[in-house]
Amino acid sequence: MTAATTLPAQARYSFGGDEHLFVEISEEMSLPAFFKGMAICNELRRRALPGVTEICPANAAYLVRFDPDAIAPGTLLATLKEIEAGLGEADLQLQTRIIEIPVLYNDPWTHETLMRFRERHQDPTSTDIEYAARINGHASVDAFIEAHSSAPWFVSMVGFVAGLPFLFQMVERERQIQVPKYLSPRTDTPKLTLGHGGCFSCIYSVRGAGGYQMFGVTPAPIFDPAQRLSYLKDLMVFFRPGDIVKWKPIDRAEYDRQIAQVEAGTYTLRIAPVSFSLKEFLANPDGYNQQLLKVLHGD
Amino acid sequence: MAIEVIKPGLATSVQDAGRPGYYNLGIPLSGALDQQSLVLANLLVGNDEGAAVIESTLLGPELQFDAPALVAITGADAKIKLNGNEMPRNESFAVHAGDKLSFDFMKLGARMCIAVAGGIDVPVVLGSRSTYGLGAFGGFNGRKLLAGDSLPVGTPSAKARPGRKVDAALLPVLTKEVALRVLPGIYFHRLQEVSVQSFFADTWTVGSEADRIGYRYKNGTPLKFLDRKPPFGAGDDPSNIVDAGYPYGSIQVPGGREPIILHRDAVSGGGYAMVGTVISADMDLIAQMQPNHKARFVEVDMAQALEARAERRRHIDRLRAALAA
Repeated sequence: MTAATTLPAQARYSFGGDEHLFVEISEEMSLPAFFKGMAICNELRRRALPGVTEICPANAAYLVRFDPDAIAPGTLLATLKEIEAGLGEADLQLQTRIIEIPVLYNDPWTHETLMRFRERHQDPTSTDIEYAARINGHASVDAFIEAHSSAPWFVSMVGFVAGLPFLFQMVERERQIQVPKYLSPRTDTPKLTLGHGGCFSCIYSVRGAGGYQMFGVTPAPIFDPAQRLSYLKDLMVFFRPGDIVKWKPIDRAEYDRQIAQVEAGTYTLRIAPVSFSLKEFLANPDGYNQQLLKVLHGD
Repeated sequence: MAIEVIKPGLATSVQDAGRPGYYNLGIPLSGALDQQSLVLANLLVGNDEGAAVIESTLLGPELQFDAPALVAITGADAKIKLNGNEMPRNESFAVHAGDKLSFDFMKLGARMCIAVAGGIDVPVVLGSRSTYGLGAFGGFNGRKLLAGDSLPVGTPSAKARPGRKVDAALLPVLTKEVALRVLPGIYFHRLQEVSVQSFFADTWTVGSEADRIGYRYKNGTPLKFLDRKPPFGAGDDPSNIVDAGYPYGSIQVPGGREPIILHRDAVSGGGYAMVGTVISADMDLIAQMQPNHKARFVEVDMAQALEARAERRRHIDRLRAALAA
């Protein structure tokens, strides 16, 4: 992964008031930065230190919330630095799951929304996906959809609002899709919109404001306080940092069929447990991705 | 028993001590914005100090009780009326079946806690009865209260009695201008020196976007960030970062223009640089600021932040001791 494999020798540590420690692994986004943060968060969780109340991994950073009456800020800082130093050059491994998420690209609902907010867009004469295809050097929208959906993505952060995943594509930096955010955020985004801003895709878990370019929608609920579907029974939020996602383009008829299943409460997702090795991935990204997709499809 | 909402007021919701533990999934702490007023209101009516109360903003609700109850109202200063007769703040009083409780606009402060003996008995979701509006769960049907809502009330404790109050010296002082102590950090080093100076020298005004998610401040000198080559994935504006977690109390400055302090319904992360964090001891002060109130940011270090935290804890211990009987 060329330049993306170079991380600062040591993370940057900074307190956020008397209850938070903010740790920036790297100023720029890369899979090694995400994996290093994830590995430290996992080790910190394993140690179950009294006074550590929340552990929040993010894309290339992580945030720890603590009770300074139960753990001194300096003690927590020293512990995290010690965990970081102890990671060494070890291969960063993750036990996770791979999930297929169907997407209706170029759907009518995000199209209606993007037309309503055209004056806030960089290129009012084309749609979001046409614009993204063009500035990323793809000959057509179909070629863009192929690039977006063929290689899998990492959930590198969950947040902003309840259950919203940020996703980072598992390809070389030169192949990564980059788009600016809207010039001014929209006041409306359809629920379950597939968005993209900077190098990150997301799924809007709830309807509301948003600044990412809109490419499509998924029929799959990913956040439901009522927990109606089987894969939301454990928790109202579906995604966790470290999940691997493969988008599957679907057509309108298939979308409607799946929505009917959602409404009937019978809808399920294709999910498979998988172990991920950063070292093996970096050595041969495309080959490793093919292995991951075989796990997803059970062959 | 139940409380009928006749008029909801401006922004009224059920809140308790909060919902820690799910920030990594984008679900914020929530809970009463002014936690000290929550504790006081509950202790006055004999509740556990983290029981669920009705939090109202700027203009309180009009409520009707279907059975006798004991209530106490803390926080902002507004005239409290029971069937039109003025009632005391910061003191428990009895209401009868059919009584109507109403409020004038808040004169000072921005949030009241209306506690009822027994607590507001909405379902516990992820360990809390607090409303989380963006996620549409918790509290009463996951939303602000509306006319016609009927709030269930739990069983009062043996300690519930009218006329309970504390010495006035223990009550918080409300003002139109506050000093908010800030621990500089996170991306503070990316500010130009001129902005480091002006940030702490200026008097900032609370803007109209001031809610449970965050408070936006205006009328200060726009902040300048150091120029740089944008890191991959961060975005072009010097105030942009690769999206990361936001601490409660952290101050972000999109485009350098207007600082936003995140509060208990915060978005859990995003792509704007934070220049520092309001210390935990001062978060309750933000809750009581009305639009157009003024704030100054005062730089402190960790030792001062921890001493302020200890002082706040000692103060709450004095409240507990005064109301233990």
